[in-house]
Amino acid sequence: MKEYDKLIFEISRPGRKGYELPADRYATDGLGAIPASLRRDEPLDLPEVSELDVVRHYTNLSNKNFGVDTGFYPLGSCTMKYNPKINEELASMREFSGLHPLQPAETAQGALELYWNLQRALSSLAGLEEFTLNPYAGAHGELTGLMVMRRYHELRGDDKRTKVIVPDTAHGTNPASAMVAGLEVVEVKSKPNGSIDVEDLKPLLDDTVAGIMMTNPNTLGMFETEIMEIAELVHKAGGLLYYDGANFNPLLGKVRPGDMGFDIMHINLHKTFSTPHGGGGPGSGPVGVARNLVDLLPMPRVVKNEDGTFGVLTDGDKSLGSVSTFFGNFGVMMKAYAYILSLGRDNIKEVGPMAVLNANYIKESLKDLYKLPIEGHCKHEFVFDGLADKSTGVTTLNVAKRLLDYGFHAPTIYFPLLFHESMMIEPTETESLETLDEFIDVMRKVAIEAAEDPESVKNAPLTTPISHPDETTAAKKPILSYKQMCEANN
Amino acid sequence: MSNRYIPHTDADKARMLERIGVGSVDELYNDVPQQVVFRGEYDLPEGMSEPELREWFAKLGAANNVLKVFGGNGAYDHYSPSVISHLLERSEFYTAYTPYQPEISQGTLQYIFEYQSMISELTGMESANASMYDGATAAAESMFMMVASARKKNRVLVSATLLPQVRRVIATYMKFHGVELTELPAKDGVTDFGVLDAELAKGDVAGVMVPSVNRYGIVEDLTGVADRIRAAKGALAVYCDPSALAVLKTPGEWDADIACGDGQTLGMPLQFGGPYLGFIACRKDMLRKMPGRVVGATVDRDGKRCYVLTLQAREQHIRRQKATSNICSNQSLMALYATVYVALMGPEGLKEVNRLSCDGAHYLYNQLLATGKFHAVYDKPFLKEFVVKTDLDVKRVNRYLADHGYMGGVEIEPGVLEFAVTEKRTKEEIDTLVKLMLEA
Repeated sequence: MKEYDKLIFEISRPGRKGYELPADRYATDGLGAIPASLRRDEPLDLPEVSELDVVRHYTNLSNKNFGVDTGFYPLGSCTMKYNPKINEELASMREFSGLHPLQPAETAQGALELYWNLQRALSSLAGLEEFTLNPYAGAHGELTGLMVMRRYHELRGDDKRTKVIVPDTAHGTNPASAMVAGLEVVEVKSKPNGSIDVEDLKPLLDDTVAGIMMTNPNTLGMFETEIMEIAELVHKAGGLLYYDGANFNPLLGKVRPGDMGFDIMHINLHKTFSTPHGGGGPGSGPVGVARNLVDLLPMPRVVKNEDGTFGVLTDGDKSLGSVSTFFGNFGVMMKAYAYILSLGRDNIKEVGPMAVLNANYIKESLKDLYKLPIEGHCKHEFVFDGLADKSTGVTTLNVAKRLLDYGFHAPTIYFPLLFHESMMIEPTETESLETLDEFIDVMRKVAIEAAEDPESVKNAPLTTPISHPDETTAAKKPILSYKQMCEANN
Repeated sequence: MSNRYIPHTDADKARMLERIGVGSVDELYNDVPQQVVFRGEYDLPEGMSEPELREWFAKLGAANNVLKVFGGNGAYDHYSPSVISHLLERSEFYTAYTPYQPEISQGTLQYIFEYQSMISELTGMESANASMYDGATAAAESMFMMVASARKKNRVLVSATLLPQVRRVIATYMKFHGVELTELPAKDGVTDFGVLDAELAKGDVAGVMVPSVNRYGIVEDLTGVADRIRAAKGALAVYCDPSALAVLKTPGEWDADIACGDGQTLGMPLQFGGPYLGFIACRKDMLRKMPGRVVGATVDRDGKRCYVLTLQAREQHIRRQKATSNICSNQSLMALYATVYVALMGPEGLKEVNRLSCDGAHYLYNQLLATGKFHAVYDKPFLKEFVVKTDLDVKRVNRYLADHGYMGGVEIEPGVLEFAVTEKRTKEEIDTLVKLMLEA
């Protein structure tokens, strides 16, 4: 295939166009009624291209991308499962996509019913009382959940609780969300196996602690076996437990966070519930809460009226406020609910177990050649600490890049921070045994290459559109737009 | 038991269990305390085949009423060219994750770079990020940027003419983050800058946010505002509609420090409120306080031009609680949406969209006033959205309109209706709307 590297700005020709609009049949001059002092003076330097130019340009760009549909995408903690095609089609149905968020509730009953059904479905799957679907992504869900936590203490008149406990292995969004929510982060240490050190936790639990953020299985993919003790300790100290739903996939069919004592959680619909990641969104991060926290959820909320119709709540005394302009990423919710309906109450119970089976199968098939720092059955993902044999200097980064040459996406690398050469692998349940075997074969081949011909691995990737981009210069002299690029070239 | 999304046959499972060395999948959960193992039934329907699923959605869809939209208030019914949905369906785009591996993500990285370039051009600002969730969260995070850029100032001002639902999100974020928020009052439908100097004189104002086009549809005059704020060592953020900036004075021209807002107006479907597209653009000196992903151009080892995520030292995965924001996933695919839309429309198309919308809005405005049942509230310049007063029973009118397939004005205060007109509305539809309202 021919190499294509033009920017859309570079194929622009003055006077060319890619649109057609109806003729202006109003005998008014609206813009003329706006004083010139309020109108744009600066030239508008945007591409002028034909429709076919646009289609070819972005099709060519898409060819330089790798998605789940291209190949296996074992990116740890991201749950890159298959994104069912029918869901895309349903979400674009005009009967839903044409709805204005402020049109009268009685004219949007189908959308509100779907919204309410998804709230109920997630509540049942999570073992919690109620969900808000307003948050737009996982980190936004974390922030919303922490606002619920703070609002809970505020309504009790307890203003001393300004700290939140976060494990040192947590995803970076946890402490960052706490910061945005105005909470001070206190780190709790992990034991060598990655689990929370209960003895380290105990002295931290005083009356300044609002709660704890955890995920279970934890960041290393291992189940926190002392969860019930932790829940009791935190509750006894007056705090709440927050569950980071990034790792919810292995629990589907097996464990409900509410039953483990969690009071608040978010779910990434774009992980566990199969909606596409879109190259970094739009996602959706619904937040579920226990019964005593329902009234604290953000507005708007969708409710079922006594007569069976559906309505919208926009105000509530106890509500924490609002975190979204309207209802959240409704289009994403439609896809997630379509997925839940496709599987149904029985097949959905297979999701967690098959994801766990796949992860353990890969782990057991590779642990002779890659360093497995924590023994035991993992859940949906696990972490290798690089190659078992590090003598040739081949790093996790090198292995990751070599995988690209073999047609696989790389695992998550250098996270968690617990190990120097972390390589976090999450296969998800939608991958077949044949795909796992191909991946295992390639991982073994790369380990052998690393031993026998280390330079070939260090030079990887060799077959991708670009290789070894200069990230240092990119950060030192940022070029963030076409205009800046032109200036830099002059 | 395999199903269409889980491919495991019994033979597969047996082989895998043998490799792992356990007798059953349940054994892999042996470390889960018995009392938390879920043994009940989920409260969900039975699984559906694809035809059944389609039928279920069709039935629910029939319970919706897609209307000819004459409301705005933060969501606008602009036309979406067919090309966009086709390109967004390229699964190499939509089934990818955040571009952590630049070698196999140049498609995503390049469109984000193009998107940043377009947002910078539309807003007249130097740099844009890769997107935010929506306009309201972009506004809240812009406030944080101004606080982080100021020295020991912890108060921000927001104009009361900004959309109420955006102000509500700002208020929620500021409250929990511990930033003091004061409203600049409205006067005659625009921000009352008369009190600005008195507020700035208190010496604690980090930044001020005002809309470019406000909640009444009025184009605000920001002459001299940036200078007054800067003299008090504060920053100015302008909340704007990127489509409208093809014809209206840009935040850059108003000398603002930050431009933020919602990109839904770039042809995105209404979709009952989302997904839309938040955006933030800023001057160079605020770049390192910007939240979220940013893509930069560079070269690879062979000197080939390419794109990477950059300035990551601001971000949560590196800085944890010291990051500028917690944002991780944003609205990347909607940034592609905006990019393709702007590429198709070009400078002339964007101007034409605004001209048609603006002419239609003025036509509707004049028709309404001519009925004698609707009255002007403010005599100020507007683009595609405006408010009028009426003595009619608004609830009855809007119900009647809905029965006839129309969404009328949004009642923003008792008896005050906000109308919006886009290029999708025709003169005939406007005439019908007015006729229906009088009939109701």
